[in-house]
Amino acid sequence: MEQFPRRLLTVVTEAVLERELVAELQSLGVRGYTITDARGKGGRGQRQSDWAQEGNIRIEIVCEPALADRVAARLRERYYDHYAMILFLQDVSVLRPDKF
Amino acid sequence: MPQLDPVIWFFVLGILAGAVRADLRLPAAIYEFVSTVLLLAIGLKGGVELARDTGGLPLAELGSILLLGFLLPLPAFAIARHIGRLPRADAASLAAHYGSVSVGTFAVVMGYLATRGIAFEARAAVWVVLLEVPAILAGIVMARGLAGQVAWGHLLRELFLGRSIVLLLGGLAIGWLSGPDGTASIQPLFFDLFKGILALFLLEMGLIAAAQLPTLRRHGLFIVAYGVVVPLAFAVVGAALGQLLGLSLGGVTVLATLAASASYIAAPAAFRTAVPEANPALSLTAALAVTFPFNIVIGIPLYERMAVALAG
Repeated sequence: MEQFPRRLLTVVTEAVLERELVAELQSLGVRGYTITDARGKGGRGQRQSDWAQEGNIRIEIVCEPALADRVAARLRERYYDHYAMILFLQDVSVLRPDKF
Repeated sequence: MPQLDPVIWFFVLGILAGAVRADLRLPAAIYEFVSTVLLLAIGLKGGVELARDTGGLPLAELGSILLLGFLLPLPAFAIARHIGRLPRADAASLAAHYGSVSVGTFAVVMGYLATRGIAFEARAAVWVVLLEVPAILAGIVMARGLAGQVAWGHLLRELFLGRSIVLLLGGLAIGWLSGPDGTASIQPLFFDLFKGILALFLLEMGLIAAAQLPTLRRHGLFIVAYGVVVPLAFAVVGAALGQLLGLSLGGVTVLATLAASASYIAAPAAFRTAVPEANPALSLTAALAVTFPFNIVIGIPLYERMAVALAG
């Protein structure tokens, strides 16, 4: 089975940013993403998921490495200073290259 | 024991359970559901009463309440900036939170007055709608200046299409269009169960407030003092305006309570995106862990007495 290299970008951040980030991703050319509710603890303390106001979300994007890097750079530039946000990149393999 | 309404004890239970980290959590969906029912119920109730009373809306009254929403943030900002010595963004954030209103507090004062058989103006739900947004706009302008970089189009959309405004106005419209007879079929859920739903809402609010307590400890005395003194002062302003406008005893109590209440939903969300450098925990903790409990336990009975005294 042939596999194709792509990059998985995972972002964990404040739920309040969801709409804004979705618009940002679309403007950068991201075609697909998955968002889930998340909770956890980090540099900005405990983040609950039981109240939408204070919740976190996790955004996952699988795309071409160059695009993933562009998105990561933009998010770092715009949001790292003032928001609870982490992101990390992983190399992954996909079966349908035209989809990602 | 003090004569507290049972719904307030649910709030106390939530705070205690949260403080001792009891195994108690309502799923986010329940909170959303409960607050949706409350918002719709408040709107419907107002709408039904408006349909009954054909007097029309007094524009001078609504205009001066709208103006109150723009003006309250000014002293709230000055106190935070000059006495609290907070950075401009944080002071503006507090001003927006305290100038705006809490629908949860409004629901409690509704329940409080209903239990005591004190009537108030049906259009009070409209006051809530009028008071929610102006202070947030004023706060953002205070943080940014008029020429500041704010995506106003996006922001106004978020504010005016926020859950509370849509549900309150939607409920008002449905109640008004359907009238008392039309809404009879939905009466059991929205009117009869109001206090029970409010109890669940307050249980969750207690848990949420308890989660803010560690932050409260970090920010210390100023924020506690601010969260008590500003509502008291604003209640006096609200009550005086209510008296001036010739509102009923219940109406003066409601307006005082609204002026005293602090937003913990619309204002934090708007400030988080429009003024991200403001510390979100500071205002939210003050509004949720200090002012909300203060208002529902001590404030509301006090504001009622204030209204009685003003009525002479």
